[in-house]
Amino acid sequence: MPQVTVENLRKTFKIAERDPGMWGAVKGLAVRRYRTVHALDGIDFTLEPGELVGYIGPNGAGKSTTVKVLAGILVPTSGKVDILGRVPWKDRIEHVRGIGVVFGQRTQLWWDLPVIESFDLLKDIYNVPSDAHRATRDRLIDLLSLKEFLDTPVRQLSLGQRMRCDLAASLLHSPAMLFLDEPTIGLDAISKLAVRDFIKEMNRRNGVTVILTTHDMDDIEALCDRIMVIGSGKILSDGTLEDLRAKVKRERRLVVHLAHDGMDIEDPDAEVVKREGNQVQLRFDPEVISAPNLISRIASKYPVRDLFVENPPIEEVIAKLYREME
Amino acid sequence: MSIANTLNLYWKYIGISIRAQMQYKVSFIMAAIGHFLITAVEFLAIWAMFDRFGSIDAWTLAEVALFYGMVHIAFSISEGAARGFDLFPSMVKSGDFDRFLLRPRSTAFQVASMEFQLLRIGRLLQAVIILGWAVTTLDISWTLPRVLLTIGAIGGGACIFSGFFVIQATLAFWTVESLEIMNTITYGGVEAASYPLAIYRDWFRRFFTFVVPLACVNYFPALAILGKPDPMGLPTVLGWLSPLLGVAFLWVTLQIWKVGVRHYTSTGS
Amino acid sequence: MKAYLAILSSRFRMLLQYRAAAVAGTITQIFWGWIRVMIFEAFYRSSDVVQPMSFEDVVTYVWLGQALLAMIPWNTDPEIRSMVRTRTVAYELLKPVDLYNLWYSRTIATRTAPTMLRSVPIFILGLAYFGMESPESTASAVAFGLAVIGAVMLSVALSTLLNISLMWTLSGQGITRITAAAVILFSGLTIPIPLFPDWAQTILRLLPFAGIADTPFRLYVGHIPPHEVIWVLAHQLIWTIILVVWGRLLLNRGLRVMVVQGG
Repeated sequence: MPQVTVENLRKTFKIAERDPGMWGAVKGLAVRRYRTVHALDGIDFTLEPGELVGYIGPNGAGKSTTVKVLAGILVPTSGKVDILGRVPWKDRIEHVRGIGVVFGQRTQLWWDLPVIESFDLLKDIYNVPSDAHRATRDRLIDLLSLKEFLDTPVRQLSLGQRMRCDLAASLLHSPAMLFLDEPTIGLDAISKLAVRDFIKEMNRRNGVTVILTTHDMDDIEALCDRIMVIGSGKILSDGTLEDLRAKVKRERRLVVHLAHDGMDIEDPDAEVVKREGNQVQLRFDPEVISAPNLISRIASKYPVRDLFVENPPIEEVIAKLYREME
Repeated sequence: MSIANTLNLYWKYIGISIRAQMQYKVSFIMAAIGHFLITAVEFLAIWAMFDRFGSIDAWTLAEVALFYGMVHIAFSISEGAARGFDLFPSMVKSGDFDRFLLRPRSTAFQVASMEFQLLRIGRLLQAVIILGWAVTTLDISWTLPRVLLTIGAIGGGACIFSGFFVIQATLAFWTVESLEIMNTITYGGVEAASYPLAIYRDWFRRFFTFVVPLACVNYFPALAILGKPDPMGLPTVLGWLSPLLGVAFLWVTLQIWKVGVRHYTSTGS
Repeated sequence: MKAYLAILSSRFRMLLQYRAAAVAGTITQIFWGWIRVMIFEAFYRSSDVVQPMSFEDVVTYVWLGQALLAMIPWNTDPEIRSMVRTRTVAYELLKPVDLYNLWYSRTIATRTAPTMLRSVPIFILGLAYFGMESPESTASAVAFGLAVIGAVMLSVALSTLLNISLMWTLSGQGITRITAAAVILFSGLTIPIPLFPDWAQTILRLLPFAGIADTPFRLYVGHIPPHEVIWVLAHQLIWTIILVVWGRLLLNRGLRVMVVQGG
């Protein structure tokens, strides 16, 4: 049985419109015109326990609206949502007890309190029994290496440290589901890796279902078995990374290291996309020319030191998908 | 969630808030002294007026001190305890309110316990001193019902002022502009209720009796304590009912708050 | 040109927003004014003794206080407060101007702009409906005008001193509150200084606070004859100079401490 069922979810916002300028501002006080925006325009999906799903889309596509509805803090216009047998917005208090939420841009911790005290307070807020709390807390502290700054007030933590503490805080009540809204935003490389490892660990070992929204495609590649792409309030693609790549036009990259700097490559079936020092990147369609043919043609014409074929970066795949949507 | 558990959590929240304020001890002490003086100045002004005029409509300084002490104690309690609602509009603006919706507790509870402003102890202290002076100076026999009525009236007053803060916060779900109008009623109410309501003009008395029931938790109980009839002719028995009215008022405002939360969760802004 | 027009129109819209706040503020001040007036009314009808100031003059005095409330130095600049909190005061030194002058002129703006916006409706309503009287004479009006200018200079000097004291985060908050308490009581804003006990008046007249509200207001109602404006101005000027020198010394010390701490 699925853990999360979302059926035909819709959310429309009425946005008050104002004519530009001074007169518009005055007129706005008396008469209001509204523009309707369909933030969610019929979303359907289900999640099985233990899935790790990436939820991506351009800004304003409806990502955070979806997360807010699923978290129970936004009531949709119509549609059905069932999470762990409950309707999130109808039974907010019971619902949020079973989920964890992390917003990358905003901490859930108390700004002036030492980290450990925030954790203690959360124990009381969620009413977790003391032994269970201690066991979970110590394990999270261990996994995320929080020990050295447990007594530091949150406001003095670095962004990476704070995010690790926020992750721990969201899991102290052992929720079955975790919503992560851009958890790696603004983090340095090392912190990003630590956060990713931890998410993977919680998902694989503890079976926590994770929904991850992000703009960082490395997150997606490193973590997600399944990716949902949302655009203009609709699900555009739902499947594995490979499915996603296949969705957009098949395309490969050939990266050539030439023997000398400043040389150029020209080929009728491949297009140069990047040139950097003695390295040239070519784009080609494997249905027009196969990789072995292209390689041998180029190797025979130019002094090649090294070459390899790769998939286009996921960012470009996504960007292309977004463009096709429009 | 049991009441004991909720209370326990409330004390923890308060403890944390106080400890956070105590991180800057010197700053806190200076601010509390400042607050003490700034409120004491209000009574000093009243004293100066009595020094020159002798009485106000046959009310003595000690009688006015009773009104003053009761309303200021009530206000300082709600100022300290419901301060979270005062800060609430900026929370809505920044979107921080979402955080409260993600926790398995009632939103009103979380907002109320968000911050406990200890420096309000300055006002409390001076109000207690003045009430103490009034109580010892006035020729009143302090029977148990009178003592209970005094405490009840202060509690009811604290509820009314907290209700004002809740209304002000609730308005923030719809607009964050012009909220200082509410301050007029809150702070203006404290100022006005520092004197017996009978000294004001009719329209003003009616406003604070029927529109904003502040008179009911301060004026009528104080009349009952002093054993004076109402110059407006309303029955003194009102004084004994009034603390309940404060609780009822707070309850009504909390229902309006719930409507506000529902509005917020359906618009998400 | 288009960009310029866009900025212009956004300025206008901003002003319109401030106007909503100004309306709210004006209503608040009128409400407070009425409470004060009614309290004085009750006191005056309770005593047969001839007071040092007539009830009519007190009413006018109260409305003047409400109209010019935004001019009174009872709070600190929120922007400077946040600059101190976020430790960005040092960036102010990057501006190629004298810091004291910069803060002083900024405070002039924050003290006068809202006053101009709010005083007009209160003056109009006060004169028409609330029992406020027009100046005693043309000479009184001129004297009042001069004294208000002096009051602004003095008020701004005190505000700037308070803003500077914020650099000492630990004590600044308390000091500004205590000063605010003194300003509210001793400037005449709560009760006119002539109604204070006689022994207190001698001290209050010497302190700087009287020059912020009491003396200009009394010139308006004619309680101080117009030709004595020279003494009012002298009192304001001496205190302004003292507060400016004090502010400059304090600012220099504050900046030195800040540079040493690397704040």
